[in-house]
Amino acid sequence: MAITEQEVLAGIKEIVEEVAGVPGSDIEMSKNFTDDLDVDSLSMVEVVVAAEERFGIKIPDDQVSGMLTVGDAVNFIVKAAN
Amino acid sequence: MNRISEPLATRHSKILGVGDYRPSRVVPNSEIVDLIDSSDEWIRERSGIESRRYASADESVVDMSVAAGQKALAAAGITAAQLSAVIVATVTYPFQTPSAATDVTLRLGNPNAAAFDISAACAGFCYGVGMASDMVRTHSAEYVLLIGVEKLSDFTDPTDRGTAFIFADGAGAIVIGPSDRPKIGPMIWGSDATAREAIIMQPSWLELRNPNGLANTGNIGWPDIKMQGQAVFRWAVYQMAPVGLKAIEAAGITVDQLDAFIPHQANIRIIDAMAKAMKLPEEVIIARDVRVSGNTSAASIPLAMAALYDSGEVKSGQLALLIGFGAGLVYAAQVVELP
Repeated sequence: MAITEQEVLAGIKEIVEEVAGVPGSDIEMSKNFTDDLDVDSLSMVEVVVAAEERFGIKIPDDQVSGMLTVGDAVNFIVKAAN
Repeated sequence: MNRISEPLATRHSKILGVGDYRPSRVVPNSEIVDLIDSSDEWIRERSGIESRRYASADESVVDMSVAAGQKALAAAGITAAQLSAVIVATVTYPFQTPSAATDVTLRLGNPNAAAFDISAACAGFCYGVGMASDMVRTHSAEYVLLIGVEKLSDFTDPTDRGTAFIFADGAGAIVIGPSDRPKIGPMIWGSDATAREAIIMQPSWLELRNPNGLANTGNIGWPDIKMQGQAVFRWAVYQMAPVGLKAIEAAGITVDQLDAFIPHQANIRIIDAMAKAMKLPEEVIIARDVRVSGNTSAASIPLAMAALYDSGEVKSGQLALLIGFGAGLVYAAQVVELP
């Protein structure tokens, strides 16, 4: 069964809250990880590893640098998981 | 047919004492932020480092090694004359040969002890613990002085945003000798050499003499250390946590029986994430010397160990997991009973 954008976003909210302590309510598709959510590049590694495990996908290092917003990450994961 | 005779039965090994040497010059973040356009807050957030020590011209790798070594000998109640071997784990001794260890034995007053250096970056100390333990257990040595020492400030570019705030100087030492019961657990070690470009000092000295080389194009820089921060972070947290757990299991204990976690002081984010990935109980004392020592590579574990004693956070007889990991990428871990 295909995974939806909502499901991925919900998963990402939980992961970012767990890794960086950002409340899920603050996390939206348009938010920039570094500038809006204070998630630096080391925390992004933790987010990426958790997302890989949760969604059963691989996120190559060269894709991570392009994930500036929550939406970038969600869109990548939706594509990779489906 | 002539045969080599049966060796002596193996015996047990233990750490007898710890010593450390921190350079006198304390360098807070404020002193280095200008050249890297950064801030004290960013550095603390990113690495946990508040200050570090830089060695001066009269605090060479050998000076620091001898000082830490003498303290370790005193703590162990062993004289230099009793040493079978001296091992120096370092990547910043600026001579190809002879080894730093031979200068240490000379200055300690036992120039006949076996002596060699280990080049295993931030895993050098743990590699040395395993090797020294094996040497004592098989009677190749009675007492071994193992020193982890670095003068990374000699090989760090103060304008490189990725490394300038991280690397620092210092030395730590331990004496290993025979024991009535096992006090050093089996070493779990290995590497991922496919990632050997992740932490590197280049180019080689050959470029200075190469008629077609970098020196002639004006491109040769000092071989400062360079690091791919995120890749190393990922490896250290997720590949090393299982290694730590394997070392605990190999020592025949459970995670609940561990008293202290003394990992290579690479970065507080790595230390905290590793502890979380290993699910260490809250009661386990975690070494966070990196806050005031920076990343001193091979010196970081013995420095952190000494700091835990100084602060009273650990005491004799407690069990500690040591784990070193770094350029290579190489790693080693073992559980030890603190002296």
